[in-house]
Amino acid sequence: MNQYTISALVSNKSGVLTRVAALFARRGYNIHSLSVCTTEDPALSRMTIVLNGDEYILSQMMKQMDKLIDVKKIKRVEEGAVYRELLLAKVKTDASTRSAVIELCQIFRANVIDISPETLVLELTGKPVKLDGFVNMLLPYGIVELARTGVTAISRGKRCIKDEADYKEKI
Amino acid sequence: MKKIGAEILIECLKEQGADTVFGYPGGAVLDIYDALYRDGTLNHVITAHEQGAAHAADGYARSTGKTGVVIATSGPGATNLVTGIATAFMDSVPLVAVTGNVGINFLGRDSFQEIDITGITLPVTKHNYIVKDVNELADTVREAFRIANSGRKGPVLIDILKNVQTAEAEYEPQKPLLPAHKPVRKGALTGAAEAINSAKKPLLMIGGGAIASEASAEILALAEKIGAPAACTLMGLGAFPASHPLFCGMMGMHGTHTAAKLCMESDCIIALGTRFSDRVALNRDKFAEGKSVVQIDIDDAEIDKNVTATHSVLGDIKEALKTLLPMLEPVKNRAFAQTAQAYKAEEKAGAKAPELGHKILIEAAKLAPEGSVVATDVGQHQMWTAQYFPVERPRALCTSGGLGTMGYGMGAAIGAAFGTKKHVVLVTGDGSFNMNLNELSTAVTNNLPITILLMNNRALGMVRQWQKLFYKNRFSQTNVHKKTDYVKFAESFGATGLRIEKEEEIAPVLQRAFSISSPVLVDCRVSEDENVLPMIKPGQTYDTIMTEWEES
Repeated sequence: MNQYTISALVSNKSGVLTRVAALFARRGYNIHSLSVCTTEDPALSRMTIVLNGDEYILSQMMKQMDKLIDVKKIKRVEEGAVYRELLLAKVKTDASTRSAVIELCQIFRANVIDISPETLVLELTGKPVKLDGFVNMLLPYGIVELARTGVTAISRGKRCIKDEADYKEKI
Repeated sequence: MKKIGAEILIECLKEQGADTVFGYPGGAVLDIYDALYRDGTLNHVITAHEQGAAHAADGYARSTGKTGVVIATSGPGATNLVTGIATAFMDSVPLVAVTGNVGINFLGRDSFQEIDITGITLPVTKHNYIVKDVNELADTVREAFRIANSGRKGPVLIDILKNVQTAEAEYEPQKPLLPAHKPVRKGALTGAAEAINSAKKPLLMIGGGAIASEASAEILALAEKIGAPAACTLMGLGAFPASHPLFCGMMGMHGTHTAAKLCMESDCIIALGTRFSDRVALNRDKFAEGKSVVQIDIDDAEIDKNVTATHSVLGDIKEALKTLLPMLEPVKNRAFAQTAQAYKAEEKAGAKAPELGHKILIEAAKLAPEGSVVATDVGQHQMWTAQYFPVERPRALCTSGGLGTMGYGMGAAIGAAFGTKKHVVLVTGDGSFNMNLNELSTAVTNNLPITILLMNNRALGMVRQWQKLFYKNRFSQTNVHKKTDYVKFAESFGATGLRIEKEEEIAPVLQRAFSISSPVLVDCRVSEDENVLPMIKPGQTYDTIMTEWEES
């Protein structure tokens, strides 16, 4: 089982996420994460989908997604692209453990966003594996609450997703 | 000019070339029906049930190549369309379904007859819309027709809120948008041409896409140029003339023995608009083992989906073949074509005497008026029709292949009769017919030339056949033994009722039936033990084809 990342520009309309999610469900695709955001073009949203599967599933999923009228552009994100994810963690801390956690934050370049006598709220951006590592280090202290956005990605260099051919134009 | 939404819808349907629409009025489409009434130029056919209307629009589309249109009200009207829409979706039939919905002030409040029909039809439409702004209505309808007809065709649903139907907007007539189109990549064709040219035993495998693409002439030219035998899937029947010497019949679970043997021996399958469904490829991993597969399909997602193609061409079959044909070397007297002839002769000589149901179909094919369209329901009678009723031209057969919808036939026959103005032969079974027999009233009201051959075996034959084969004759719920007198039933609906019980009755009864240009129902009393053969069991390979019945 491999992980693949797909970026798609989709119509910024209600119901589009349902269409995409329903497609995954009925075709039996296994999604690791999905993030949706607005783009520089108000008519378009961007979806970043991390898929667990093999080359066959990846190819079928991209082709089937491409057939959705609201999916305008779709591409597989190459391995060397920029991948980022945001993490927010609420960690149990008291006077005896706080400085150790703050030291961890310095190592990972995470930020302390909120402090209370019993907790710290930490913020970290980075590749998913870096976030995984950070979470592992925090576990002994006690994670009260964890929020991760799912990965978002963009290719390096001047080539962009809008250069991709569109199925609706292709056929 | 200013018009209300309901009027804009009617204008747009006419813009798109719709001449006949099927539907059923109701609370949420009152304004549409009022606009239809005031307009008076668009022929509307009211059916007995919305499902019948959806199948009629489908039959209209399959038999003419035009886009079928169906209209239904919100709630149950809309949900009754779902089976019809799904049937069209599975067989890639262009259809535009229009539903009304409650007004914006009532939306999302579980109002009377409110249903989320766009949510419900999401997986069975190419696309669907809910129109909340009258200014978007005209372009939505235009786009819906374009989507239904572009690429791999299919159904599109437009849900129009009641307040949109009465709101005013500016309307300017427009010409229909042309379906999106893309030239075929030449590079892909070079590889395909090489594979075909180097093949010793090429076999054409023709699917429903060939009919959608109107590619029959090019396919015939291909078969004749390279001297390759041709087989059709159920959906492809008619794309290749059944009487042509190179034609080897249907392929798949109930295909001919000839097609099965040729498929096994072939070194190159030329797949034209077929998705290698489990009912055709059966064992998808073994189906094309060791062969080259040239696949031409308009849907990228079908390429390599079930069977991996060695050479794939993405695009319209007709366009692709036009470019491909000059790249192919002509082959005269190909040995493989002679093998095909030998297998055909062998199969014909070895065939057992046809049973009553088969004989009726063989005779019906001879006696049916010139240019008749055949519609079927789903089950044994459907396979018998595919086997014994030769289809000579595309769009002359309407049958539910992908979804396998029992109850499809009656509505489809009505749609085909309206669309083609020709005689329609509906072959059905007592199981399927009972699902939507209410539509006989629609056929009678409209005095349609439909001859219904009801293969009445008092059982659910196909399921029963599987129970014989796989469940040791435990006929759970399939020996139905309805007491219905279908002759009286037909007469009570205002149709003519006839009956065939013995072989000698076949010709005179059918002659009489086909001489009547209004609905006729022929109650054909066939045996419940007539089976569909040959048969390849699900998931099995072609070499396991069963030509004699094996009791479990």
